[in-house]
Amino acid sequence: MDALADFLLTSWPMALVIGVVGYIAYLLYKVIGASALDRTKLSLQLAPLFCTIGTFLVWELLCKAFAVSTFVLPAPSDIAIAIWQFRRQIGFHSFHTAWMTLAGFGLAVAFGIALGLLLGASRFFYAGFYPLLVGFNSIPKVAVVPILVIWFGVGWLPAVLTAFMISFFPIVVNVATGLATIEPETEDVLKALGASKLQIMTKVGIPRSLPYFFGSLKVAITLAYVGSVIAEYNASRYGIGNLMARASADFNVPLLFAALIALAILGVAMYMATVWLENRMTGWAQRSSFAAT
Amino acid sequence: MHRSESAVPLRPFVELTGVSHTYATGGTLAVDGLDIRVNEGEFAAVVGPSGCGKSTLMKLATGLQFPQAGAVVVDGQEVRDPVKIAGMAFQAPTLLPWRTTLENLMLPLEIVEPHRSRLRRHKAEYVAKAEALLASVGLEGAGSKFPWQLSGGMQQRASLCRALIHEPKLLMLDEPFGALDAFTREELWCVIRDLHARMAGTLTVILVTHDLREAVFLADRIFCMSSRPGKIIAEREVAFPRPRDIEITYKPEFSDIVHDLRGRIAHARSTA
Repeated sequence: MDALADFLLTSWPMALVIGVVGYIAYLLYKVIGASALDRTKLSLQLAPLFCTIGTFLVWELLCKAFAVSTFVLPAPSDIAIAIWQFRRQIGFHSFHTAWMTLAGFGLAVAFGIALGLLLGASRFFYAGFYPLLVGFNSIPKVAVVPILVIWFGVGWLPAVLTAFMISFFPIVVNVATGLATIEPETEDVLKALGASKLQIMTKVGIPRSLPYFFGSLKVAITLAYVGSVIAEYNASRYGIGNLMARASADFNVPLLFAALIALAILGVAMYMATVWLENRMTGWAQRSSFAAT
Repeated sequence: MHRSESAVPLRPFVELTGVSHTYATGGTLAVDGLDIRVNEGEFAAVVGPSGCGKSTLMKLATGLQFPQAGAVVVDGQEVRDPVKIAGMAFQAPTLLPWRTTLENLMLPLEIVEPHRSRLRRHKAEYVAKAEALLASVGLEGAGSKFPWQLSGGMQQRASLCRALIHEPKLLMLDEPFGALDAFTREELWCVIRDLHARMAGTLTVILVTHDLREAVFLADRIFCMSSRPGKIIAEREVAFPRPRDIEITYKPEFSDIVHDLRGRIAHARSTA
């Protein structure tokens, strides 16, 4: 187990590079083998890769051309070197950030669904709790971190709770909206059949709010991520946020940027995972892609 | 020209007596002093200008709303809850997009007793019934398709099937053909005519529409409503023998009735 963790910590950048290169090679292979008609479509899949690599190339060239100090803005090559140099630390802290984010996100999903169902099902609670929710949501969550530290001390709990608090709101609002906006005609059809409120919820309301729910997950996961990093920065011994706090105290700018890149990669990975989940669960709501298959 | 069903003893099925309704306390009345009597097995149409409270009438007759004054009696009982024996279809097909057409059809069976408790054990029987119903409206093999894979007319047919799958005694249609093109509309007139004929005497239909030709072609009895607050300004029977062919809509007798109704509604509009 330790050997596996050790292996992962030392070699994750290599695995990432191999994965990306392999993906590019696979796409190129497909483009070359494809007919002229499919080629334009496939080249769209390559576009993000080209643009990303291009952006980093321009960045690199500008840094070299103007001889920008690594203390101000390190070139991508300097960042890459820093990533390799600090790969064990970055890997270790990324792992902590990831699980704290996911734990907070999981709490937000459970709580968001429960509260969303309540608000969507009852107009009284919807009207009653909405102002409270908006008020709570407008509190910058970084201001809550000190309170969490007083309650729970420095550690993983403040990060998980911050991630939770910052990310449940969009889930609540979307689930409630999906439930509350059932077409009146559909409701009439069911009521005229003698359907109970619960039956209307389970037959129509909940399936109907699923696309809203999965759509909100995309927003919620990025927010949860922001929350956990903020809390790590202020009140944790682990996590990318904490690594950045220490790097900035050391004026280690390349490491700061390396940590930012790690955050970006992790964020994209989590976002993609929720998008995949959304497409899988609510294909019926995305007609064009559904019809194509 | 006597109707063939006239041998069956007529029994009032839907009766509204002196019904007035408003949606907000102190607001203008949506309907005012409605008196409507539809016999069992009859096909009734309610026509009138838009905003005359036709949809309110539908909600009152199905127990989705309760009148502020007057009485609503359906099937011999005063309406206090949603009536549970009604099927409804609207201008929008209101099919659930995450269900296939067949699953959409099965929806009422998942709610209405006794089908609800029988559904699991007699699934094959119900599926066969639903497919037969689909076939009868010209939707053979469309059951596995999702609603958005069907054209507007096909969706509306499926919606009609859903309103009928649980064998309701009362079918309420709220401008069901309003969003369709003229040819599809005439096709669907014939579909609904045949569905009504097949359940001769047991299915009472109330059709709300602003298309006078539609009303005259389909209905045995037509109520004209005035604009808001809705009142019945005229009631007339249509005595064309059944089954009616779409050709009768081009006969002079037919046009006379349409013209007469049009005149009454125009008069009501000008005096309102």
